[in-house]
Amino acid sequence: MDVLYFAWVRERIGVPKERVETKAATVAELVAELTAREERYAAAFADLSALRVALDQELADFEASLKGVREVAFFPPMTGG
Amino acid sequence: MQVRVQDKAFDFGAEAERFARAQSGMGAVVTFTGVVRDSARGGMAAMEIEHYPGMTQKALEAIAGEAVARWDLGDALVIHRHGLLETGELIMMVATAARHRKAAFEAAEFLMDYLKSRAPFWKKEIGADGAEWVAAKDEDEAALRRW
Repeated sequence: MDVLYFAWVRERIGVPKERVETKAATVAELVAELTAREERYAAAFADLSALRVALDQELADFEASLKGVREVAFFPPMTGG
Repeated sequence: MQVRVQDKAFDFGAEAERFARAQSGMGAVVTFTGVVRDSARGGMAAMEIEHYPGMTQKALEAIAGEAVARWDLGDALVIHRHGLLETGELIMMVATAARHRKAAFEAAEFLMDYLKSRAPFWKKEIGADGAEWVAAKDEDEAALRRW
């Protein structure tokens, strides 16, 4: 699946987008997998309450299933307007 | 209903005029525009607005669609910019048209509350001494609860 990062999450991880091969069943499992990978992921995902997630461009929560999902995006709370 | 996400500037007066004149049977048009202001700590040179291209248009259309349905609006317009903006530039605008002003005002406030924390934009203040992401405020999230 494609994993996208925005704002300071993108800056901490160092890429705006990457392809991730995973068997994670939920967003939380994907986060745990990425966090275990490298320090820069651990830094970005240190406080999940400061993060939001979208699955196929719809807001979701961290317990949501990844079944059939093609695009996951992580970002801080939005500041539009 | 019209939603536009763009990097270029828009003409607030012309947009408001066109929107108001296109209505029929609607007695009230409310407009709001957001302006880039200096940061609380001062010395801000510009603001960078990042967004999630695949999601932004859809998210804004969903929010505007809900406003139209809930307040039985004749029409709604949302324009939101992204990219690099200088202090004093217009970031975004909304316009709502309803039969009576109460619905037009309420729907405009609803649109503003929702696109502040449910549309995928992130603001970064750029100053002489570096850049800083604007943090979301608890009160922005709280503002959604009244709807």
